[in-house]
Amino acid sequence: MTRLLSLVPLVAALGFAVPVLAQEEQSTAPFAYRQLSDPAQEREAQALMETLRCLQCQGQSIADSDAPIAGSMRSLVRERIAAGEEPEAIRGWLIERYGDYVSYAPQLTTLTWPLFAVPLVIVALAALLLRKRFRRGEAR
Amino acid sequence: MNAQSRTKAPAWAIWLPLVLFVGFVALVTIGLYRPADRAVGSTLVGKPMPAFVLPAALPDRPGLRSADIASGKPHLVNIFASWCIPCRVEAPQLGALARAGVAIEGISVRDSSEALNGFLKENGDPYQRIGADDDGKVQLALGSSGVPETYVIDGKGVIRYQHIGEIRPEHVPMILEKLREASQ
Repeated sequence: MTRLLSLVPLVAALGFAVPVLAQEEQSTAPFAYRQLSDPAQEREAQALMETLRCLQCQGQSIADSDAPIAGSMRSLVRERIAAGEEPEAIRGWLIERYGDYVSYAPQLTTLTWPLFAVPLVIVALAALLLRKRFRRGEAR
Repeated sequence: MNAQSRTKAPAWAIWLPLVLFVGFVALVTIGLYRPADRAVGSTLVGKPMPAFVLPAALPDRPGLRSADIASGKPHLVNIFASWCIPCRVEAPQLGALARAGVAIEGISVRDSSEALNGFLKENGDPYQRIGADDDGKVQLALGSSGVPETYVIDGKGVIRYQHIGEIRPEHVPMILEKLREASQ
């Protein structure tokens, strides 16, 4: 019990500790943490934000990430949606600057077409190989 | 089951799953020990810099417009912030480049003028102009994914090179070479 009690100040100190020097500043962009007032537009923005990669924490979408640059990207998406721009045009604008990597929605390009073709080829091959076996089953 | 009608698999085929598995493990191991480069480079290198106008970050110094940069002479555009630790690391190198006669323009991202003043007093001040990119829009327009980043822009305003991360002492000759190429 005394050992447990001796942990109390340590836990308290951890709770009050503040980072000495923040490595980043919170995004001050207008729509980083504010939703659009039109629910339909916000829904459209949200759907797009879920398919855009945060450039700093690269496993997260900008909708999930709390990195400042993700805040700037959310604000950019919401402001452009509010201005009437199409979601795919905004995605295109970002791809133009950061490459396909910024988008989670796979694009069919000369580089990526095998990803789409290979499953079809495998299914076709399996059907071809198994055809005999199925036929024999019917005959018996 | 009619065993005769089945074609017999060759004897080595029994090893096939193991070989596939070992191949897969080798692939994962290589991926684990040599992770891919995670830096996201701007795809605007070789293209004209997007137009922008940034307000002054400090009261006694002009802000930054893209027109200031496309002035016939190559420029370095340094994207930095007072809260960014690697920016402190590269400050002496930027100072050396400024002393060598390089025109350096700054874009400070998500910063305040007090913090910026403190940063410049502490780490030196190589900038001709400093634009305040408070919401990070110009950073995104340039295809920059973090701080610090440094762009070499030629006299016509075309982005010739993007340096991601801090400029270390060993990078200085390379940056000077890129600037020389940009001036031709």
